[in-house]
Amino acid sequence: MEIKILGPGCPNCVTLERVTRQVLDAMGVDTEIEKVADYAEIMGYGVMTTPGLVVNGRVLFAGRVRTPTKLREILEEAMA
Amino acid sequence: MTVAERVRAKTPTRRWLGLGAALVVWIALYQANLPFWNWLIGDAFGLDLGSRFGSGVHFFFYDSVKIALLLVGIIFLVTVLRSFMSVERTRALLGGKREGIGNIMAAGLGVITPFCSCSAVPAFIGFVAAGVPLGVTLSFLIASPLVNEVAIAMLFGLFGIGPTLMYVGAGLVIAIVAGFVLGRLKLERWVEPFVFETRLGGQIVDSTAGLDWDDRIQMGIEEVGTIMKKIWPYLLVGIGLGAAIHGWAPADFFTKYAGKGNPFAVLIAVVIGIPLYSNAAGILPLVDALHDKGLPMGTLLAFMMAVVALSLPEMILLRRVLKPKLIATFVGVVGLGIVGVGYLFNAVLG
Repeated sequence: MEIKILGPGCPNCVTLERVTRQVLDAMGVDTEIEKVADYAEIMGYGVMTTPGLVVNGRVLFAGRVRTPTKLREILEEAMA
Repeated sequence: MTVAERVRAKTPTRRWLGLGAALVVWIALYQANLPFWNWLIGDAFGLDLGSRFGSGVHFFFYDSVKIALLLVGIIFLVTVLRSFMSVERTRALLGGKREGIGNIMAAGLGVITPFCSCSAVPAFIGFVAAGVPLGVTLSFLIASPLVNEVAIAMLFGLFGIGPTLMYVGAGLVIAIVAGFVLGRLKLERWVEPFVFETRLGGQIVDSTAGLDWDDRIQMGIEEVGTIMKKIWPYLLVGIGLGAAIHGWAPADFFTKYAGKGNPFAVLIAVVIGIPLYSNAAGILPLVDALHDKGLPMGTLLAFMMAVVALSLPEMILLRRVLKPKLIATFVGVVGLGIVGVGYLFNAVLG
């Protein structure tokens, strides 16, 4: 599984990375999280508001951080 | 589990009852604020509220609570309302608009679109890619920080509805005119070339798509937490300084240097305000105290606008997409607009 956080390093991007790591650990998923800071690559995903979360090439959401509970729902759905 | 998740309603009835209860508590606290501090500081501690020390202490506590309540209420309300807009929708609305009408729309949308300056670069590229003219894009980027919910909440709390509307109106006019002027100057050659080469891929992801009421309310609660956490140190320092000026500074100290007698006061206030990095929460308590000391409102509002509209961190961010010459022109044109508004307010309000 390929997980990317789109964001140039803003406070919300750091928070999203932390929450994602936490949720992945809780789910027992051992995957690297790739950070994408390059604007051209971020925009390549159709994302204009950071941070964004990409799983297997698909943007799950952009422009905000989600709560751990909600994020877990979203990730489980994306992996199913 | 976060606070927002714990209070998350299970049914629509409970959601609206919860919101109603929160509103009642908010109103009760707001109403009880003044009598409570009058009683605690005046009666229980026996301080003379007319004395310098007594009025300074009273001012500090009463104002802190009043401003905190207003911030919580207005940030929540604005966030919930803004969740119906998004940068992506704004981009679609502005795409292909001409200058003039485009500038007016961009300034208005800058106020109502949820926008964090950390997304300034991708938003800028996205607007340009959608064919939004440079000046129209800049109108959006000027209005967004200038007319913000924290400034509105605090202006309303400290000065009432009149100066608040004046501020919002002036902010919109500055964003429209400065963006229009910058557009006329044809400065596209001072935009970093990669901006024009970058393409938005595939489907545009709307950041507020598919939200229900529970999501919007939760976003409101989270945003209150995020903003309050960010601004409280500024707020306390601002209110502390305000209280000190309120209680101890000699009455004619500030008017002597920055009062109506000094024709350069607005200009100096703006030049000092531009490099300062604070936010409306830190500046407005000072503005309030200095206004009490007789400084004209136009000078003070110009100072605040310069602080919130133009800041070093935002310029460093914009440097990724704009060349230094364009950033300097941007600061110059917006700064001039703010100076103009300051003198106009001083003249009109006499």
